[in-house]
Amino acid sequence: MAAHLKKRVYEEFTKVVQQQEEIATKKLRLTKPSKSAALHIDLCKATSPADALQYLLQFARKPVEAESVEGVVRILLEHYYKENDPSVRLKIASLLGLLSKTEGFSPDCIMDDAVNILQNEKSHQVLAQLLDTLLAIGTKLPENQAIQMRLVDVACKHLTDTSHGVRNKCLQLLGNLGSLEKSVTKDTEGLAARDVQKIVGDYFSDQDPRVRTAAIKAMLQLHERGLKLHQTIYNQACKLLSDDYEQVRSAAVQLIWVVSQLYPESIVPIPSSNEEIRLIDDAFGKICHMVSDGSWVVRVQAAKLLGSMEQVSSHFLEQTLDKKLMSDLRRKRTAHERAKELYSSGEFSSGRKWGDDAPKEEVDTGAVNLIESGACGAFVHGLEDEMYEVRIAAVEALCMLAQSSPSFAEKCLDFLVDMFNDEIEEVRLQSIHTMRKISNNITLREDQLDTVLAVLEDSSRDIREALHELLCCTNVSTKEGIHLALVELLKNLTKYPTDRDSIWKCLKFLGSRHPTLVLPLVPELLSTHPFFDTAEPDMDDPAYIAVLVLIFNAAKMCPTMPALFSDHTFRHYAYLRDSLSHLVPALRLPGRKLVSSTVYPNIVPHEDPSQQFLQQSLERVYSLQHLDPQGAQELLELTIRDLQRLGELQSELAGVADFSAAYLRCQLLLIKALQEKLWNVAAPLYLKQSDLASAAAKQIMEETYKMEFMYSGVENKQVVIIHHMRLQAKALQLIVTARTTRGVDPLFGMCEKFLQEVDFFQRCFIADLPHLQDSFVDKLLDLMPRLMTSKPAEVVKILQTTLRQSTLLHLPLPEQIDKASATIIEPAGESDNPLRFTSGLVVALDVDATLEHVQDPQSTVKVQVLYPDGQAQMIHPKPADFRNPGPGRHRLITQVYLSHTAWTEPCQVEVRLLLAYNSNARIPKSSWIEGGEVSPQVETSIEGTIPFSKPVKVYIMPKPARR
Amino acid sequence: MSGGGHASPLHICPHSSPRVQFSHPTKGSEELVRQQGGGGGEGDLAMPLTCPLLRVGAGQDVGRSCILVSIAGKNVMLDCGMHMGFNDDRRFPDFSYITQNGRLTDFLDCVIISHFHLDHCGALPYFSEMVGYDGPIYMTHPTQAICPILLEDYRKIAVDKKGEANFFTSQMIKDCMKKVVAVHLHQTVQVDDELEIKAYYAGHVLGAAMFQIKVGSESVVYTGDYNMTPDRHLGAAWIDKCRPNLLITESTYATTIRDSKRCRERDFLKKVHETVERGGKVLIPVFALGRAQELCILLETFWERMNLKVPIYFSTGLTEKANHYYKLFITWTNQKIRKTFVQRNMFEFKHIKAFDRAFADNPGPMVVFATPGMLHAGQSLQIFRKWAGNEKNMVIMPGYCVQGTVGHKILSGQRKLEMEGRQVLEVKMQVEYMSFSAHADAKGIMQLVGQAEPESVLLVHGEAKKMEFLKQKIEQEFRVNCYMPANGETVTLPTSPSIPVGISLGLLKQEMAQGLLPEAKKPRLLHGTLIMKDSNLRLVSSEQALKELGLAEHQLRFTCRVHLHDTRKEQETAMRVHSHLKSILKDHCVQHLPDGSVTVESILIQAAAHSEDPGTKVLLVSWTYQDEELGSYLTSLLKKGLPQAPS
Repeated sequence: MAAHLKKRVYEEFTKVVQQQEEIATKKLRLTKPSKSAALHIDLCKATSPADALQYLLQFARKPVEAESVEGVVRILLEHYYKENDPSVRLKIASLLGLLSKTEGFSPDCIMDDAVNILQNEKSHQVLAQLLDTLLAIGTKLPENQAIQMRLVDVACKHLTDTSHGVRNKCLQLLGNLGSLEKSVTKDTEGLAARDVQKIVGDYFSDQDPRVRTAAIKAMLQLHERGLKLHQTIYNQACKLLSDDYEQVRSAAVQLIWVVSQLYPESIVPIPSSNEEIRLIDDAFGKICHMVSDGSWVVRVQAAKLLGSMEQVSSHFLEQTLDKKLMSDLRRKRTAHERAKELYSSGEFSSGRKWGDDAPKEEVDTGAVNLIESGACGAFVHGLEDEMYEVRIAAVEALCMLAQSSPSFAEKCLDFLVDMFNDEIEEVRLQSIHTMRKISNNITLREDQLDTVLAVLEDSSRDIREALHELLCCTNVSTKEGIHLALVELLKNLTKYPTDRDSIWKCLKFLGSRHPTLVLPLVPELLSTHPFFDTAEPDMDDPAYIAVLVLIFNAAKMCPTMPALFSDHTFRHYAYLRDSLSHLVPALRLPGRKLVSSTVYPNIVPHEDPSQQFLQQSLERVYSLQHLDPQGAQELLELTIRDLQRLGELQSELAGVADFSAAYLRCQLLLIKALQEKLWNVAAPLYLKQSDLASAAAKQIMEETYKMEFMYSGVENKQVVIIHHMRLQAKALQLIVTARTTRGVDPLFGMCEKFLQEVDFFQRCFIADLPHLQDSFVDKLLDLMPRLMTSKPAEVVKILQTTLRQSTLLHLPLPEQIDKASATIIEPAGESDNPLRFTSGLVVALDVDATLEHVQDPQSTVKVQVLYPDGQAQMIHPKPADFRNPGPGRHRLITQVYLSHTAWTEPCQVEVRLLLAYNSNARIPKSSWIEGGEVSPQVETSIEGTIPFSKPVKVYIMPKPARR
Repeated sequence: MSGGGHASPLHICPHSSPRVQFSHPTKGSEELVRQQGGGGGEGDLAMPLTCPLLRVGAGQDVGRSCILVSIAGKNVMLDCGMHMGFNDDRRFPDFSYITQNGRLTDFLDCVIISHFHLDHCGALPYFSEMVGYDGPIYMTHPTQAICPILLEDYRKIAVDKKGEANFFTSQMIKDCMKKVVAVHLHQTVQVDDELEIKAYYAGHVLGAAMFQIKVGSESVVYTGDYNMTPDRHLGAAWIDKCRPNLLITESTYATTIRDSKRCRERDFLKKVHETVERGGKVLIPVFALGRAQELCILLETFWERMNLKVPIYFSTGLTEKANHYYKLFITWTNQKIRKTFVQRNMFEFKHIKAFDRAFADNPGPMVVFATPGMLHAGQSLQIFRKWAGNEKNMVIMPGYCVQGTVGHKILSGQRKLEMEGRQVLEVKMQVEYMSFSAHADAKGIMQLVGQAEPESVLLVHGEAKKMEFLKQKIEQEFRVNCYMPANGETVTLPTSPSIPVGISLGLLKQEMAQGLLPEAKKPRLLHGTLIMKDSNLRLVSSEQALKELGLAEHQLRFTCRVHLHDTRKEQETAMRVHSHLKSILKDHCVQHLPDGSVTVESILIQAAAHSEDPGTKVLLVSWTYQDEELGSYLTSLLKKGLPQAPS
């Protein structure tokens, strides 16, 4: 059918040529007439502009190859000259732009035509579109100076057009293509280089706001391209700040910011006085003023930019937090000032009475400035804004400025603390994070701490956890502060028991940061008494553990503290040190032999011995390749055991050790499988024994997948080795099946598949093949021609021998390698109360898990639910369910919907996390995959899954629905 | 139930209708502004078309807002409030001042109500039903919904409890509300062919609006009460750069700059939280509308956030009814409530339940909102008496209390109160004061003035002394005129109305071709003829005008003689003139004609010897009136003499 159509196209095409002589010449140019010809015919057929437009639209849907672009362009231009309807011309112009963007097509040949038609065009819309096309051409040819100059010239000519659209495009063109050096040395073709900056600047006062915006944007574009803007622009931009239109003001704020960054130190006069200030300060004041603009878009813009003006003088910076309150013309102190005073006078927590905030001294009416040109109160306004976007921007800006100025950090603390009570959670969260970031510079006063701690009762887990993180790195000034924090954290713990881990961690840092403040609190916290023995607290009480974590961490830096402990505290220490070793540090306790703590200091200077040990044991394995099978087997077993133990002992080496152990285990399995006696026995006899070999093959496959996908930091070097191991496993599988199955037919397919795999391996890792000297695949590739022609039985035989002869490949270890792991925190699996729900309906189960070292968890981590009847269900959590609290760490908080038909009694379902993988996705796209052939689905599809968390059992009970 | 949170004491005037008039004839120098004291005569009403006329009921006074604006011949009444301080006729504005004889309906084009507080709408039924007005009354939808409830409540107290006669009836309220036309925000409502009004968001209370009143090119903006800082349930007032001729703004907090609301909120929440945690009870006396909802939202969200279970109660009746309307008008609230109402309407309180009298004796902690706000009577006082004896309890006064009320006494620190029947009530509970007010402070007012960019500002609804300060500031910082009329004063303002003139396209294009575009905003000189025909103004080129009027063109030439001291011959003088002019007028075409005369464009210069003094040459300069500019320039140039030739 298609061929037929094509033929018709040719026929008609030739027909047209016969009728119109002039086109006959064109025919020669068309290298591939299919596309352009069809288009041409369509356009000629079109009786009305609407028709033509339809054809063009249809045409635009299909891509055009680079070779045929020029032909198409010719056709389009031809039609353009003839067309009377502006809408069709517009479409053609836009198509020209699109086509000139085609990869591999150099648009300089259509440049002349485009400029030509531009000169004769009357319609403003088409003109604008043509300028857009020229912009596309110009950006495609960034090196060609002459063309750029010419385009700029064209743009300048059309700047006086009456339509805003045309002027807009001209300015855009100037911004993108205007020459950067003022005096270009080459004065090509008599076109004098123009001062683009001046031309664009003239349009700041255009009558159309859209053109003004475009002019400012063009100026910003010039700046981005590296042109140094003149300082004179500053005054122009300042005038635009009072423009009627928000886009103009918003762009103007940006421009002022840019200029202020370029000339921070130059001096500008203050109008209506003869003082002068630095430009950055002046700009800062002006942008601050825009924080109370009428349009929230401008406010967001202004608030955001404030954050990056770090050179501003501290005097101006501190004004942003000062609003100069007054009441009835008398000066009033802010609540913050009052709180501070109360605190310093020592009568904190007195209830406030009416009139406590009574204004004090009279204000000089003349001196009060209600609309300051300066920065006064900008952040006070920004943080109180109606739109949360503005508030967030203000908090972010505050954060950035506070990071660069410690004194400002101290001052903005009160305001940040206030933001903890914002009505929008996002803002609260943001301000808590901000506070954490600047916490190095600040020490919290007690009253501030009080407000901070009040937020611990927030029902949102994110907020609480952010707050715990904040407390981890906060400086507290007094021992009462520490006590207060502890009390509030314990309150939090009773209210939300799930926060346990986070609170313990928080107390760990709190203790180690403030050992001297904790010391006087110890007797009270442990409720010890000088004369009486007190009851021994319950060791399983999370609150008690929390207190102990605080104390033990403080004790590490404070050697006098253990003297205050009672006997059971020491016992509890020993227990906790063992069970919660990540929270409890090693202490030097009196009367206790703590070998590690005494010897430890001596070891530190030496090179890490465990690292050495790891290297040595691995080397031993690789060097003894040609050991007799029995000996090799034993050595491997020994090394694997060593590595596993090493991983347990040294957490930082765990990844490497596990990774190597897994590889050695594969090798061990392979050796064992080949060691089997079955190979010597005739086929029918070893049927039942073959289990071991095929199981080994299967296990090796699994291990290789784990190695490939469960470790972060695996490089291509390792991937080759892993794939190689997998190939060996596949070969083993093939041999085993060949031995166990009767008949040759199924083998044909299998052999072919295997050979494809080898081929695939070769193509994927062609660069790495030289490293694989003497290996299985190396030998196999040598034999490849023979294999291709051999019968299956022969192939199997060859494989068997090569497999036996192959040597263990050295697995190079990457720099940093970490094993992915996941822990399900919730459900805890301890509940005896079944989750009851009506069968057929769904019940939501909250799942909370921490993931470590998982790359791209959004697409790989899945939740699996196993029902007692063997039914398994895989759930894909939403990307938004993953949070990223720190590098390499992820947190999955999601809801899993369970449903089942009725059961007679409650039963347990298993919930676990899976790591989905797809081995094809990792392989770099090589040339053999034809461009565009691979659909994106292939890359995201799941090939298999690896369970990587301990399963948790949940008791559920679907009840039959009552009728 | 007055305007909720006016914290400043009421300023009471003995008589309610002095008037202010700003007057300014059409062509204006500023000195012409005059302020007339006392009641002007009928003459004030016959103002020239272009003058806004204002008659102010709440000039330098809080309460009883009622302003009359006359703009380009249209009369608009802004707000129709009552004074809470009086119980006699003085509580309503004196409407007889508007027209002595004649119906109000004929005189007023419309009435606009900015929001539902009684000091802005309390006199409406009296005005429309008892005095008699049948024209349209404009207000926003929420105001229309809530206003009758408040009026009815007020009527009940006045008539049923105090037994006043000559008061409007329920039916009158209903009839009055039938005359109301509801408007949407930013909707331009055409009152008649010329008068249009437009509402802007004002914050303050639900449905509060600022109104722009526009006739032709003249406009007035009336703010009503507004708030420039957003709160928990309402957004901030906003207006575009509408550049009105006059901005009438409230000035309740003319001399105050307020602290951040966050500290206040935090303190409030902390106090309530601490008290209920101790097991104490918290009493918050409030008025039914506005602040009550604000505090409810505040507590509700806090309870939600902190997962608290302590009950919060809300006194039934009016407040419950009002809450219903708050639920409906979500679009009038702030960003947070608007955005989250799809999940949950914030006014569907989860933790706040209706109060029953019996609950007051329940053990355990609780929070109760009860009316009225000053503890002078009703439920709040009853509960207060029950709880006052326990030091664990707390009362929080969220607003201003009038002197003499229990609220005022306890706020000023009195611990022993004499109740009726010589009982002495000892107050052991904690007393706290929290100011939550929804008026713009001085900075806010300035911000609004900055946003709207008016030509002049008029301050109302405030105390004279404070307004004086703000007036000074506004004049100083914005360089606009600012007025603060007293009650009943009339202020007349001049306006310079713009008159549209049509221009012929040919002429415009011709002019456009001459200049560059970017300076299009600057004024430019244009030559043409103005034709006035059927009250239409047109600007056409002179040729066309002549053609249209059927007139022949007259040539008009100016000639001027310039005496030059030059002893040389005429020819040489002409030569020198030529070279001199050529060197100066580079842009013009200067020619030396063979007959000895010099032309500059179309200007002719001839040199002749003086008849008496041969040492002096007379230069005859002649030009047509179209070249007047160049011609006079040339003469002045020649009068200065020629440069000394290097002879």
